[in-house]
Amino acid sequence: MSDDVSRHKKQVAKLRHGTVIDHLSPGMALKALEMIGVPKHSAALIGVNLASAKAGRKDILKLENIELSDEQIDNLAVLGPSATVCYIREYEIVKKVRVKLPEVLEGVLRCPNPNCITNHDRLTTSFDVERTSPTQVRCTFCERLISEDDIVLL
Amino acid sequence: MSEPWTPIERELAEQMRGNDIISVRQFRPQELRTLLSIIERFEGDQAGLLRGKVLAALFFEPSTRTRLSFESAMARLGGGVIGFANAGISSAAKGETLQDTIRIVENYCDLFVIRHPREGSARAAANATSLPVINGGDGSNQHPTQTLLDLYTIKRRLGRTTQLRIGFVGDLKYGRAAHSLVQATAMLGNDLVLIAPTSLRLPKRHIAELDVLNASYEETADLPNAIPTLDVLYVTRIQRERFADPLNYERVKNVYQINRAAVDTGKNELIVMHPLPRVNEIHPDVDASPRAAYFDQAKNGVTVRKALLALLMGAVR
Ligand SMILES: [Zn+2]
Repeated sequence: MSDDVSRHKKQVAKLRHGTVIDHLSPGMALKALEMIGVPKHSAALIGVNLASAKAGRKDILKLENIELSDEQIDNLAVLGPSATVCYIREYEIVKKVRVKLPEVLEGVLRCPNPNCITNHDRLTTSFDVERTSPTQVRCTFCERLISEDDIVLL
Repeated sequence: MSEPWTPIERELAEQMRGNDIISVRQFRPQELRTLLSIIERFEGDQAGLLRGKVLAALFFEPSTRTRLSFESAMARLGGGVIGFANAGISSAAKGETLQDTIRIVENYCDLFVIRHPREGSARAAANATSLPVINGGDGSNQHPTQTLLDLYTIKRRLGRTTQLRIGFVGDLKYGRAAHSLVQATAMLGNDLVLIAPTSLRLPKRHIAELDVLNASYEETADLPNAIPTLDVLYVTRIQRERFADPLNYERVKNVYQINRAAVDTGKNELIVMHPLPRVNEIHPDVDASPRAAYFDQAKNGVTVRKALLALLMGAVR
């Protein structure tokens, strides 16, 4: 096991089975939880504004007994382009993946433009990812360019 | 014009057949230039090109000039038009969604033009049908046939749509025609001069778009000093209701009124444009000036719409 992974192991030692989402942008852990959905029968631990060697500050989210789909992982990239997702089984990291922003985000975000048709008719929202770090997306419908700070989850 | 179509023109025509016109952003700069040269082929008579075809003109908000221009274009190609002129007489008044209206009307027509007060409505309509959809204006977002007729007017008058110095004056905050043309002329590689009082400057998100394009632009409030440097002066309407204080409106209105004397300080080639209707932004004494291009725009609008209707229907000679 590499140093990187063993260091992670220490950080997440308390989780027996589940998922650790690390290196979320500061302040985004709650949004990540919102996006994944608050677990009904298991624990979620949230760390906000933790010191990070890589990027100054970061958020972290630990989910007990939950594994994410590939689509969920990619969608998390809007909340932190350099986030990582670790799967834990029996206290061991069995898999570690980096999020990758998809080219199109469908049914994940809400358009912040109040006069956008997607806020009035029942339509699946769709955003083209124009830029990463900082993230910039464009509503496929109203064409509004939306910067990271103005991103709103559904 | 009887010269044969170039391979690039043919390729674009093939690409546009059966497709939609939602936004100028859907075209790359080279495609825009090619499209303008195709449009030029629609000067003159193409009667019968769309005989038996039906355009559904669904205007969920009134726009008499855009609607008349489309109706004229379709009639000149030998086709028919059905539709409504405002939402009050459509099923939308009964709460039907736009998508449902489209799915019903697609049984009666061959293509659509949609005018709707909400941004993104044209895209939503296009997603609901396999027939071609032309955006006739979606809220404050896009009005691509207006932008194309503006570009086409510049091309007809000045012979090119690139490397020009283009001034936009008036209400740059709310004016959709100006927003869209700012974007398109920036894409095509022109120097832009954005002339507006502080309260009506181009919104930040549009400036951000210019920065994404690496466009050359400057912002100023000084119209008299800008005019002599320009090739195109695009004037937009300043609306009284945009001002909280009527005194401010009066002040701005007078500072930005264009008259013959002001226009005559410009270069010989300078053209003056306006999306119309004008109120008093341009004094009638400019009308007789050879620099006045705003009535050409209305005429060119029919040519542009003829070309687009024919291209989307794949009916080109
Ligand atoms: Zn939108």
